[in-house]
Amino acid sequence: MKTEPQVMDKKMNLTIDGINVTVDEGTTILEAARNLNIHIPTLCYHEDLCVAGNCRVCVVEQEKVRNLPASCATPVSEGMVIHTNSMKVRMARKHIVELLLSEHNADCTKCYKNGLCELQGLASQMLTGDHLFLDLVPDKKYTIDMFNTAIIKDDSRCIRCQRCVRTCEELQSVSALGVAFKGNKMKISTFFEHSLFEVVCTNCGQCVNRCPTGALIERNYIDQVWDAIYDPNKHVVVQTAPAVRVALGEALGMATGKIVTGKMVAALRRLGFNSVLDTDFTADLTIIEEGHELLTRLKRALVDKDPTVSLPMATSCSPGWIKFIEHTFPEYLPNLSTCKSPQQMFGALAKTYYAQKRKLDPKNIVSVSIMPCTAKKFEANRPEMRSSGYKDVDYVLTTRELGIMIKQAGLDFEALPEEKYDSFMGTSSGAAVIFGSTGGVMEAALRTAYELVTGRVVPFDGLNIVPVRGTEDEVREATIKIENVKPEWSFLEGVELKCAVANGLAHAKTLMQNVRDGKATYHFIEVMACPGGCLGGGGQPIPTNKEIRTKRKMAIYEEDMGMPIRKSHENPEIAEIYKEFLEKPLGHKSHELLHTHYTPRKRY
Amino acid sequence: MSEQTLKRVDLIFGEYSNEKYKVLASTLERTNEDILQDLLESGLRGRGGAGFPTSMKWKFTAETPGDEKYVVCNADEGEPGTFKDREILYRVPRKVFSGMAICGKVIGAKKGYMYLRGEYKFMVPELMRELDSYHEHAKQLGLDFTIEIRMGSGAYICGEESALFESMEGGRGEPRNKPPYPTTSGFMKKPTVINNVETFVNVLMIMRLGPDQYKKLGTTDSRGSKVFSVSGDTPIPGIYELELGMPLDRFVDEFGDGDTKAVQVGGASGFCVPRKKFKDTVIGFEGVPTGGSMMIFNSSRSMYNVLHNYLEFFEEESCGQCTPCRVGCQQLLKGIVAVKKGEKKALYLDQLMKLSESMKITAKCGLGQSVANSFSSIVNNFKEEMIY
Amino acid sequence: MTDCKSFVQELADKYGREKASLLPILQGVVARNNYLSDTCMTDIAKELDLSAAQVFGTATFYSFLDTQPRGKYVIRVCKTITCDMHGKKTIIQSLEDMLKIKVGETTPDKKFTLLETNCLGWCHEGPAMLINDTPYSGLTTEKVHDIISEYHSKKSL
Repeated sequence: MKTEPQVMDKKMNLTIDGINVTVDEGTTILEAARNLNIHIPTLCYHEDLCVAGNCRVCVVEQEKVRNLPASCATPVSEGMVIHTNSMKVRMARKHIVELLLSEHNADCTKCYKNGLCELQGLASQMLTGDHLFLDLVPDKKYTIDMFNTAIIKDDSRCIRCQRCVRTCEELQSVSALGVAFKGNKMKISTFFEHSLFEVVCTNCGQCVNRCPTGALIERNYIDQVWDAIYDPNKHVVVQTAPAVRVALGEALGMATGKIVTGKMVAALRRLGFNSVLDTDFTADLTIIEEGHELLTRLKRALVDKDPTVSLPMATSCSPGWIKFIEHTFPEYLPNLSTCKSPQQMFGALAKTYYAQKRKLDPKNIVSVSIMPCTAKKFEANRPEMRSSGYKDVDYVLTTRELGIMIKQAGLDFEALPEEKYDSFMGTSSGAAVIFGSTGGVMEAALRTAYELVTGRVVPFDGLNIVPVRGTEDEVREATIKIENVKPEWSFLEGVELKCAVANGLAHAKTLMQNVRDGKATYHFIEVMACPGGCLGGGGQPIPTNKEIRTKRKMAIYEEDMGMPIRKSHENPEIAEIYKEFLEKPLGHKSHELLHTHYTPRKRY
Repeated sequence: MSEQTLKRVDLIFGEYSNEKYKVLASTLERTNEDILQDLLESGLRGRGGAGFPTSMKWKFTAETPGDEKYVVCNADEGEPGTFKDREILYRVPRKVFSGMAICGKVIGAKKGYMYLRGEYKFMVPELMRELDSYHEHAKQLGLDFTIEIRMGSGAYICGEESALFESMEGGRGEPRNKPPYPTTSGFMKKPTVINNVETFVNVLMIMRLGPDQYKKLGTTDSRGSKVFSVSGDTPIPGIYELELGMPLDRFVDEFGDGDTKAVQVGGASGFCVPRKKFKDTVIGFEGVPTGGSMMIFNSSRSMYNVLHNYLEFFEEESCGQCTPCRVGCQQLLKGIVAVKKGEKKALYLDQLMKLSESMKITAKCGLGQSVANSFSSIVNNFKEEMIY
Repeated sequence: MTDCKSFVQELADKYGREKASLLPILQGVVARNNYLSDTCMTDIAKELDLSAAQVFGTATFYSFLDTQPRGKYVIRVCKTITCDMHGKKTIIQSLEDMLKIKVGETTPDKKFTLLETNCLGWCHEGPAMLINDTPYSGLTTEKVHDIISEYHSKKSL
């Protein structure tokens, strides 16, 4: 998005509800009111998105002006006198909420978002019990798109605020969702009203995270997981992704940015999972495999001068990114690392290595993952992901779904003790934790690869490779010079390793266009589909916005700093699995279980 | 003003000057300040319906810094009961192009667009011929201002200026938030003057006659003449150029069929004036403004049917983005049907009146804001027809 | 349906590949094919580097940009107030009888589609209709008969 340079020194004086206030020119009435702790209700407004001004619920009264301006869309002007709670305003807002309700399937007890719905919140505030207007829902031919394995779109719950449309366009540059038709028929639609399953949707779930109602929700697998837990013949293993531990607390009433790893482990155990394990373990494994893959590709390029080698190599942990590449840049599929994502590596090992070691029949193992992500649901259902001979990951739950299960079980989350993951496949390093943040996979890979090649730790204070830590504003680029290498890596002597990190698919698109157009050359790129990386994932607690993502990010790096092991290759369970099972990185077993290939999909 | 008949004027449709683009040529010799001063003195207000002073619009745009500016002629005439722009473009397109070119000179634009409604596509070949001739003359005059015709495709809302820009940019015709206004951010987010077809002709006529001569027509608040589209229950439907500021009763005397019970002034988004108020209603910016639509209803007509027809129109033609307009129009329509059928008590009309008032003050653009005009004026004046 | 792809490219060469060219291109396709098929819209999306959903969103906003197959001659009868007052219903009835279809339908020979539309701007000469781009006003049953007969006798392409 292009933003006009603003003259910040120009100030505006105005009065809001009798309080005089001075703000910068360009500030909206809504922002000015928030500075005064006056809360104006909003629905279409979202901090991450451009202003739409279409729901009109944030209208306020401006003296000497006939119409009520939408406070989210109206910049302050000098001498403006605003009333946010006048009789006119209250009546108008009530009418607007009533209008939305009249078009809305307000059978709240049947709705997944019951209790978390923003429209329901406003309805309860405004005491809409008397239903001023006629019910329009019977006249509408609303449809529910149930065909997708990750996201369900229910038009009968939609209030047409277009947050999802703006998310899909502005943050993700995907535009799988758009606005279609007009007037009473206007709706949020995919191309030709196809199922999300059939269009360019990446399942990133950013729309789900921003939908104020139950119109876009994740397909939830809570009941299936409970059934597995209650089934005495099943051994249910659960893995937890890095970014869940810094956000789950929010879903359970705790402050933003709290690290709740230990409580989460305790809760999972109390829910009845047979073994509580960590995706971070396979994140470390990913680093070993992916690091070797990168070095192999570099060798083929630099020593063998092999023209077929695909560089830059791109990370493959983010399933939204994978599907984006499949649709948008299929010619770059060979550039993706062949490594499966940590979730899928874990799944494949749970029904092989884990099963063998625990002497379990893999057909009785139910493998569940807790993810900050909705695309992971789609990933687990991919036909490619059955290398154990079974479905490698049976059920994927979002951070939000786990929050619901914990509430269902009646656990007082905050009061739970801090417990540790089970072993084996439960030990991990700080390098794995930072997988949850943009730039984290890159940093983790560099911590290992640099040391492998030079025998020395990365030349950054406290192992913190700050230059590759991503930012939400742009594609981050960094160059790491490799010097004084070990003899077997002599071909890398003096090589400047060029890296790029992008989060949010809009930045990813820019990055790939630059690569395609030859505007930039890199060796290694990391992409996470969601703004901020997995910590801002589509499956994370609602609300998520930049301020919240920043706090989660701080928590992730804090967790990394607090870990006794900070580098993937120093994880003792990793050494163990290679010794006992995988033999060597990129070996035969690895290829069978931990690597995969993807296929091109339709661009339109 | 004459007591007997309404004053017919021949300003807009008057003959072309004896030489092609003569007024344009002479105006190009003048300074921009001079031209703006004439426009200011003429008191010209926009002819699309809203009536913003044209001189101010041009001045603001001229003063906005920027290398790239645009002139847009709004020919997306879609208001029910309005067909005067078609007539103007059919009879005097040269005057429209000249007005646009003068605007281009004043604000410093090199490019003009005419956004013509899709329903008028049949006019394009003829307009293109005149446009070719304009471009030839512009070249001779050394004027760097070209005009392109862009077509609508059947969407009433695109007559709203910011929706029109969205449409020209390849999008859905959804109105934008204002501010910013077109004078600073219009087509392609560049400073833009957008005026109605008739406004550009008025500009040319002011340049031809001078503001003093022009000012002799109309009243203090409503200078000049206006092209009216007269339809409905009238023996003489058609296009009439009349002086602004006329009382409605005299209009009805002249155009009605002797049995007129109401006149809808300004189209579906305008006001319905019942017989008892004809005498006190002045047509102009000081009274009931209009983009030119005058629809006459005699006593055989059901005002319920009229309102039902309007609301169906709005329900379909709302862009659908803002809540008050999208849902409000559906509620008003369904509501009057329910009252008529007896499914809702007559008292429900009061609830709908309040709703229309909320729509008026909260809708994002003029469409949603003006639905209340016809709704409240019809319901208030013909309540019995709504119920029984 | 003939190949849309090359036609879309032609239109894009003529109007440009900016987003602002979208409407003229959509109009160009409709002028030739009478409607926008899904493959045609994806071809346009590809050509202008837009998402297919965006193209669909723009197309469905405009009444004249049909996304369903239409006949060679699309008849749009004005349903707005003055045409309605002056006998629109009779005109629709006559058309339905002549063409043996209802409003919204297309004749089996794909020659005619009958639709209603909002104000065409012929309020002083209602009822009025458009057949493709050509307006007809002051309609009566007889006049409609003559007009449709004339179209009937036109050789199909």
